[in-house]
Amino acid sequence: MQYLKATTFLIAAAFAGHAFAQEAGGRLDIVVQPEPPGLMLGLVQNGPTQLVAGDIYEGLLRYTTDLEPEPGLAESWEISEDGLTYTFHLHEGVKWHDGEPFTAEDVVFSADVFLRETHARLRASLAYVDTITAPDDLTVVFKLKEPFGPFISVFEVGTMPMIPKHIYEGTDYATNEMNATPIGTGPFKFEAWEKGSYIHLVKNEDYYVDGLPYLDEVYYRVIPDAASRAVAFETGEVDVLPGGSVENWDVARLTEMDGVCSTGSGWEFFAPLAWMWLNNREGPTSDVRFRQAIMYAMDREFVRDVVWNGFGKIPTGPVASATNFYSDDVTQYDYDPDKAKALLEEMGYDGETVRVLPLPYGETWQRWAEAVRQNLSEVGINVEIDSTDVAGWNEKTSQWDYDMAFTYLYQYGDPALGVSRNYTADRIQKGSPWNNVEGYENPGLDAKWAAAATMTDAAERQAAYDEIQKEIVDDVPVAWLLELEFPTIYRCNVHDLVTTGIGLNDGIRNAWIEQ
Amino acid sequence: MIRRFASNKGAVIGVLILLIVIGLALSADLLFPRGPWAMVQRPFLVPFTMDGFPLGTDTLGRDVAAGLVHGARVSLLVGLVSTIVALAIGVPLGAVAGFYGGWADEGAMRFTEFFQTIPNFALAIVLVAILEPTLTSITLAIAIVSWPPVARLVRAEVMAVKSREYVDAARLAGLSNIRILTGEVLPNTVSPIIVMASLMVATAILLESSLSFLGLGDPNAMSWGYMIGAARTVIRSAWWLSFFPGVAILVTVLALNLIGEGLNDALNPHLSRKGTA
Repeated sequence: MQYLKATTFLIAAAFAGHAFAQEAGGRLDIVVQPEPPGLMLGLVQNGPTQLVAGDIYEGLLRYTTDLEPEPGLAESWEISEDGLTYTFHLHEGVKWHDGEPFTAEDVVFSADVFLRETHARLRASLAYVDTITAPDDLTVVFKLKEPFGPFISVFEVGTMPMIPKHIYEGTDYATNEMNATPIGTGPFKFEAWEKGSYIHLVKNEDYYVDGLPYLDEVYYRVIPDAASRAVAFETGEVDVLPGGSVENWDVARLTEMDGVCSTGSGWEFFAPLAWMWLNNREGPTSDVRFRQAIMYAMDREFVRDVVWNGFGKIPTGPVASATNFYSDDVTQYDYDPDKAKALLEEMGYDGETVRVLPLPYGETWQRWAEAVRQNLSEVGINVEIDSTDVAGWNEKTSQWDYDMAFTYLYQYGDPALGVSRNYTADRIQKGSPWNNVEGYENPGLDAKWAAAATMTDAAERQAAYDEIQKEIVDDVPVAWLLELEFPTIYRCNVHDLVTTGIGLNDGIRNAWIEQ
Repeated sequence: MIRRFASNKGAVIGVLILLIVIGLALSADLLFPRGPWAMVQRPFLVPFTMDGFPLGTDTLGRDVAAGLVHGARVSLLVGLVSTIVALAIGVPLGAVAGFYGGWADEGAMRFTEFFQTIPNFALAIVLVAILEPTLTSITLAIAIVSWPPVARLVRAEVMAVKSREYVDAARLAGLSNIRILTGEVLPNTVSPIIVMASLMVATAILLESSLSFLGLGDPNAMSWGYMIGAARTVIRSAWWLSFFPGVAILVTVLALNLIGEGLNDALNPHLSRKGTA
């Protein structure tokens, strides 16, 4: 809660800043790591692509750091009483970067045709949608087959980016040569991409919000080595280090420099939650007492303070505290080795070795696995770390060849969008590392997850999710480790950089530099 | 011979250092019973600032001294075992090639050259990456990249020895080829092999450290290379994390080289160096 208050305060402070005149002009250099595979947001949705393309493309709505919807391309919207009809009124006078007008037809094409084919995550939500129609140029109506509680959260730019119909209709999307020079409606236009070096965006002079954007141009700089990125920031070559672009140990050092600010905000929509999948099918991890023992044996605060340099929050269960419908009224697993030992004794653990599969994302994750191994071995569990690379990690987790495996996943603002997929039995499918990999089966809870997704009343949904969280936390299907926080580091003369729940992804629209 | 070795100051120092390292490795469990991974103090404790932690602590608050002592085990074990394995491959191959000559020699040498033309370290990386890093696979990989020089050395020695008169005598006495090779020829090639082996242990320790530094070490075995690799990202703020294991590698490898040189001098009666005769 403290964290939320702090965030609110920051936003308040940011808005207070508006009282002073924003200064137009200037250039911003931002690190992008790794280099994105492409910038066509409708086709590629990985992190670096979203970071760059989130200012070229736009969604119908934007979301505050409290995940409240705000106007984006849609000026206003209504939801019918029965939760089945969503009507959006579009901004007038919006133009694509090539000068063509943006209309409701583009929205219908994007959502109903293009993204249905290319965007797996959105497709799951669109399964609830019956029809998408455009009664006139500035109105779009989504009609649902049955109510879907989190539907208002799917209009973010990375989830439902608006795609120009006049460029893509009737073409082969993946090979369309315009993919190399993306056309959106956003505050910045694509200018050039020097592979291995930088991506250059320039101000959209015809942007439909008066006065925006303030900056003249933005360079996204590709610097492959973490230490070199830190040096580039120190020497003033870049102004902004997005979350995760330098090693955690460097974060503390860089933020102590003069004129350098940092914020943990801007990740609320994603709310990345790290956990260890515990194989529920076989071995010691199939015993719930063993899984509970793991939770008591781990000193999660130590890892947060030491490995993550104090960034992040200890989770209470499957739903991150920034995500809607979070509840902390659940069993708390504080660090308690004696309790862990008692549970192990009760189940008669025989010393069978369990393997830990770390996430192959660098030193931080390796140290984390080492700390967990040490914690567990201190309560008498025999642990071995498997070594792996990215391909091996994907293979082992999606083929269920592990005992405990580190991972982290985004939550997209709502339990029905980003949480239930890891716990319901219908999401047990070999071959994907993004679903119910641990093999947790609980038919009673499956029904509750399904019911909660189709409720429309917020209070009702909260009650349903409270109940789910209370129950699932006792089963420990996975070992929840940390709500990750990836601090954005920037120079203090850059203002209003992080103002939304997706942070830098669409933040450059409002950013300005104090000269 | 021992006297000649003992009169070489460098060699004696080398032996002393090696004995200390071996002693520490053997008593690791007595000195640091909680093991090298235990998080015992606050992280980044600077050396010589707190009693009981003379070398400071690492990124997770693990005792650097404990890591060094336990790491000595891994380094020595990998060095020794991989050298023995490399000898087990190289000696018979070189002996057969040198003794029989002809197509056996041709075949064995082409096979050896095949391994020699691939850069050692690159091959070791590939092998470890394919086999998944464990102590066994690392030891094996190091052995596989280290045996070719052994084979060539043994071949050359055997070729030189096999034309000696006592070999002819043995042949005239009706001994079989195998008995001549194992009983007469090989024993007379032992001294250069011993010298080479002592240097190979040193090289193997360096190789293991380099692999661990690159993150290809056994994640469940504390080693000096791992310590340096893990410290790389914090080298600007915590020098001691890479300095002490670096010194440990330097000193041990130096000791082995001194011993190798001493052995070389002691075992080679024709060679007399200033001050060592």
